[in-house]
Amino acid sequence: MRALDIEDLDVDLGGRPVLRDVRLRLDRGELVGLLGPNGAGKTTLLRAILALIRTRGGRVLVEGKPSRPGRSAIGYVPQRHEFTWDFPISVEQTVLSGRTGRIGLLRRPGVADWRAVGDALDRVQLSELRGRPVAELSGGQRQRVLVARALALAPSILLLDEPFTGLDMPTQELLSDLFASLAQEGRAVLMTTHDLVAAMESCTRLVLLNGQVIADGRPEDLQDAEVWMRTFGVRETSPLLKLVKVA
Amino acid sequence: MSITDFVTDLLNPDLAFLPKALAIAVMSSIVCGVVGCYVVLRGMAFIGDAVAHAVFPGLAVAFVLQGSLVLGGAVAGVATALLIAIFSQNRRVKEDSVIGVFLVAAFALGIVIISQAPGYSGSLQQFLFGSITGIPDRDLYLVGVSGLVILSLVFALHKEFVAVCLDREMARSMGLPVFWLDIVLYVLVTLAVVISLQTIGNILVLALLITPAAAARLLTDRLGVMMLLAPAIGGTSALVGLYLSWSYDTPVGGTIVLVATAVFLAAWLLAPRHGLLVRRWRRPARHEPSADTRPNDETGVAAARGATAAVS
Repeated sequence: MRALDIEDLDVDLGGRPVLRDVRLRLDRGELVGLLGPNGAGKTTLLRAILALIRTRGGRVLVEGKPSRPGRSAIGYVPQRHEFTWDFPISVEQTVLSGRTGRIGLLRRPGVADWRAVGDALDRVQLSELRGRPVAELSGGQRQRVLVARALALAPSILLLDEPFTGLDMPTQELLSDLFASLAQEGRAVLMTTHDLVAAMESCTRLVLLNGQVIADGRPEDLQDAEVWMRTFGVRETSPLLKLVKVA
Repeated sequence: MSITDFVTDLLNPDLAFLPKALAIAVMSSIVCGVVGCYVVLRGMAFIGDAVAHAVFPGLAVAFVLQGSLVLGGAVAGVATALLIAIFSQNRRVKEDSVIGVFLVAAFALGIVIISQAPGYSGSLQQFLFGSITGIPDRDLYLVGVSGLVILSLVFALHKEFVAVCLDREMARSMGLPVFWLDIVLYVLVTLAVVISLQTIGNILVLALLITPAAAARLLTDRLGVMMLLAPAIGGTSALVGLYLSWSYDTPVGGTIVLVATAVFLAAWLLAPRHGLLVRRWRRPARHEPSADTRPNDETGVAAARGATAAVS
């Protein structure tokens, strides 16, 4: 069964069409880069997968079932600025907060919850910093905390929104390696990014999005300059094309 | 006045209003301290201000009808909190504008209502600045019971409130009812404000919500500790404030708030890790590295790839 199956998805925001006829399938083991200019609908697509916005048509199936907040096995890693970093909370407690919905109202975290937190921290190699306040972490560590929080639900799908923004090259490489191994371990990973070079390097598949899916294939198969020009609305002289090595 | 005299007065049956006022002031400060932690951490001080003002028409109606002030204030405050939560869902008008609209409207309504009551000016002052006399016994129980209810709800919903504070979008994706949690939190803030009105007064009640929690935040980086420190600071300020107010015949609300403010300033200067004095003291000794460059920060992954990281 497919980890994620999006069929003919249409989404309107404020009465304007944002996504049209989006078809996207993700299998476990894939690390898929979702590329497109600002306003292409990348974050909207992630929110539609999470079932946080009303869709106009089509459907989103997670493990064969319609996506539902709190029910589907989706790990969500929002953009770093969405999180309140000055909150007085430790790394460990932050990761535990990812299980709030699963623990349920009026219940306290049990052994299984703490084990999941420990595993998630081990996975992103933050166990040694488990007691540190999140305010004292570096950008790369913060990104890893958010990934661990998503992993605490043991999801089969991981959605990453702009994980590389504002990070230096070495940190980006560390994270790329982490995402690649998270995929290899049997998760389906979908990541939006503006970092085309990193995406070409590390993703097993790229999806070019601008209101609709313009191209979908392995990085080495996306050699047609025209689809890049159409996605990003650039001319044939644009340095963007050199960046993705089609010009 | 010595502390012994104060205790004697507290036990004097002719001054029965004094221990009652003390009990209410301390109980409400403790509740405000706990609830205030969320208010400070979520940056919703303005909402606290709004509901504090919004209870005014309720007080006015209760005064005119000779009903319970606490009950009247609670109804008006909760109604306003609900209106703010509902109107804030419309993204075209920002939340702070919505709050501004209802805050002033409620206060205006209160002024109009109370001006219709004969002999209002004296009572008006009592609403606005607090008083230790004339607290009916039933309010004592009302404050005690509602305080317990508020604290139990905070205890029950703590992890959900934290999740929403941290990251609303993530909270939604986990299936948490974010809108309803917001409403419950607004209502808890309103109730905490209402039970504090008697002694502190309408204008100053915001201080009881914000100041102890802000002082506690300066003293710790742990939420659990903060939620114990804030009510401790609030309760102590109420006790000391009432003692000073009784000794020097100063207005009780103002005195309590000034004591709490003194604690806040002391915390700002003396906090163990981030206080001004500690930072002054440390600066010549060693340069504090920023979080991004702290050498032992990138443990784990970085260690495995030390060579790459070292290049940067």
